[in-house]
Amino acid sequence: MFDTLSDKLQRVFKNLRGEGRLTAENMDAALKEIRVALLEADVHFKVVKAFIEAVRAKAMGQEVLAALSPAQQVVKIVHDELVHLLGSHASRIRTANQPPTILMIVGLQGSGKTTTTAKLARHLGKNGHRPLMVSVDVYRPAAREQLAVLARNLSIPVHEGNPGEKPLDLARGAKREAEITGRDIVLIDTAGRLHIDEELMVELEELKNALHPTEILFVADAMTGQDAVRSAEEFHKRLGITGVILTKMDGDARGGAALSIRHITGQPLKFVGTGEKPDALEPFHPDRIANRILGMGDVLSFIEKVEQAVDQKQAEKMQRKLLEDEFTLEDFRDQLKQLRKLGSLESILGMMPQIGPLKELKNAKIDEKEFTRIVAIIDSMTPQERANHMLINGSRRRRIARGSGTSVQDVNNLLKQYSQARKMMKSMSGSLLGKKPGKFKLPFPNPFGT
Amino acid sequence: MPGLLERLKQGIQKTRAGFVGKVEDVLLGKKEIDPELLDELEYTLITADIGVRTATEILESIRQRVDRHLVNDPGELRQLIREHLLGVLEGGDRPLNWPAQPPAVVLLVGVNGSGKTTTTGKLAAQFKAEGKSVLLCAADTFRAAAIDQLEVWSRRAGVEIIRQGAGADPSAVLFDAIQAAKARNADILFADTAGRLHTKSNLMAELDKMRRTAARLIDGAPHEVWLVLDATTGQNGLEQARRFTESAGVTGLILTKLDGTAKGGIVVAIARELSLPIRYVGVGEQADDLLPFDAHHFIDSLFEP
Repeated sequence: MFDTLSDKLQRVFKNLRGEGRLTAENMDAALKEIRVALLEADVHFKVVKAFIEAVRAKAMGQEVLAALSPAQQVVKIVHDELVHLLGSHASRIRTANQPPTILMIVGLQGSGKTTTTAKLARHLGKNGHRPLMVSVDVYRPAAREQLAVLARNLSIPVHEGNPGEKPLDLARGAKREAEITGRDIVLIDTAGRLHIDEELMVELEELKNALHPTEILFVADAMTGQDAVRSAEEFHKRLGITGVILTKMDGDARGGAALSIRHITGQPLKFVGTGEKPDALEPFHPDRIANRILGMGDVLSFIEKVEQAVDQKQAEKMQRKLLEDEFTLEDFRDQLKQLRKLGSLESILGMMPQIGPLKELKNAKIDEKEFTRIVAIIDSMTPQERANHMLINGSRRRRIARGSGTSVQDVNNLLKQYSQARKMMKSMSGSLLGKKPGKFKLPFPNPFGT
Repeated sequence: MPGLLERLKQGIQKTRAGFVGKVEDVLLGKKEIDPELLDELEYTLITADIGVRTATEILESIRQRVDRHLVNDPGELRQLIREHLLGVLEGGDRPLNWPAQPPAVVLLVGVNGSGKTTTTGKLAAQFKAEGKSVLLCAADTFRAAAIDQLEVWSRRAGVEIIRQGAGADPSAVLFDAIQAAKARNADILFADTAGRLHTKSNLMAELDKMRRTAARLIDGAPHEVWLVLDATTGQNGLEQARRFTESAGVTGLILTKLDGTAKGGIVVAIARELSLPIRYVGVGEQADDLLPFDAHHFIDSLFEP
């Protein structure tokens, strides 16, 4: 299996320390890995090149956010840029002012046009439309039957036409049938063709000119490699496609073709096909595809959450306190509370990349109640005790245990963990607490034991 | 077969214009090997879908030679690349595993839309034309009208087809077909299977079952299992080849749709990693648009002016 980008970046992190600003030097290593990741995801070579340069220009000189290492910051910029380029979601199928709306489905052989046509018709039917389908693929044996079978299963009508009819006549016939039977959308499933097949490309142009489709949807296989730009470009040049549907996304292809096609045509990605069943059609989500192209889990949403939750000023105060050895139990409690803002521990751990030092965390059995208990214990201390834990002797421990409804043992454990945490935090090179970036760590070592 | 090389050339005309055209430009236009030239080569290799790893490996070996002053003429680069690619493609060469006692059983497998049914039809027509007695097995019982599609091909080729209804167990259809092939003394049975993504373990297990069914009826069957791969496939092709080899015991590749602008370079990466031979290339939609693959011819055609 490929190394994930996270694994690679983890190695990059190791070589990057103590830099608070993105520079040509510290970005290079990360950008190089991202370049490889994009190429392995089948993003076109030239698109990758333009993209990396754009990211470099954008990132240069940026301050590294607290809580992120330079490499993570680069990934974040890359991710944001990817999402931006992939376009906004919620793309809908446009309809004509004067029904029936004509949709043309075009693409290479085997990209999944017929299946997609049926799925799309079903989707439109569920959203209050009355679709009619027609296959004008008179070339591939049994192609028209394939659509007819799918249509029967979905109880959506198809325009049958007569044997020997030409594609243009079939399409016209379908439009007429829709007008007569009150169908408001006609989906035209065209034959698969190579973008360099002059004769068949002319056929599509004729269909377009005769029927004035509202949408011409280009169906592309998510597994497509570098050639995606050429076919998409040619289809777009000849027909002016209005949207893209990416199929076979239920496999493990990274789908870099999406970026290439979007880049080359500028047209929105509207849907993704995620299975062989008729309902396996989903709206396009740029952030999901971006994560997939980068080969990252949800680490980026984690980074975002940290950014939202961590108050910069407070983080700086913590940093100072840590350095001056003034990290008190009260601060410990505040840190815990801040961590809680990120969500349940399990959900946080679920978002962590399965890498390096974080790998074992996944298996840690964490009792959510521990959180509450620790906070209760600290709350039961006097302000003096919180400021200076050395004060807490045996009788104070008994009082705190009673006050918090815990046992002396629990209090002892907490104090031990707190001392360890203090030690660990002092030796930590960076983290949530400040601008000295290093490996990302939780603000304290897991105090719950594993 | 007359005109075979000619049609191979025609079929990959576009391929050449892209792939070799660029290498030639690179090689003819320049006198010295400089970083820019190597960058151009990288571009050429990667945009052929050879993959960043394989491309890097080729370039690394070239860089080393350049550094050691073993190569200084760009013309020699061409020979180097040719030799490298040839070495990789021939690395997987092995004789076809035809049984001493017919029928031979061949399974065609692959992801959705790679061209299995069309390829199966072409194979039937070609083997029939060579005087073999051929039987087709419509084991894609899932995709709507896939059986009808293969039936059209069987009529065109004038060969018999064994089929059941849509939704039938593919292993059961294969069982029937092998029984029929034995009873009719057929030379070869081609079984078209349903397209499946290699990540769907239940569907991959179905292929394994088909294999076991074949082996129960004929020792050593299926004799060949061909993975049908679309030439436009990118880096995911490698994972496809790995997983289909695991589940279905792939013994060779068929590269389809090579008549477009896609270069099918992923087969280099596949051949390199899995040592699989490429048996045929598909260069069109007609029955005779399926040509035997030959690494020499392939690369020669690539490099011909």
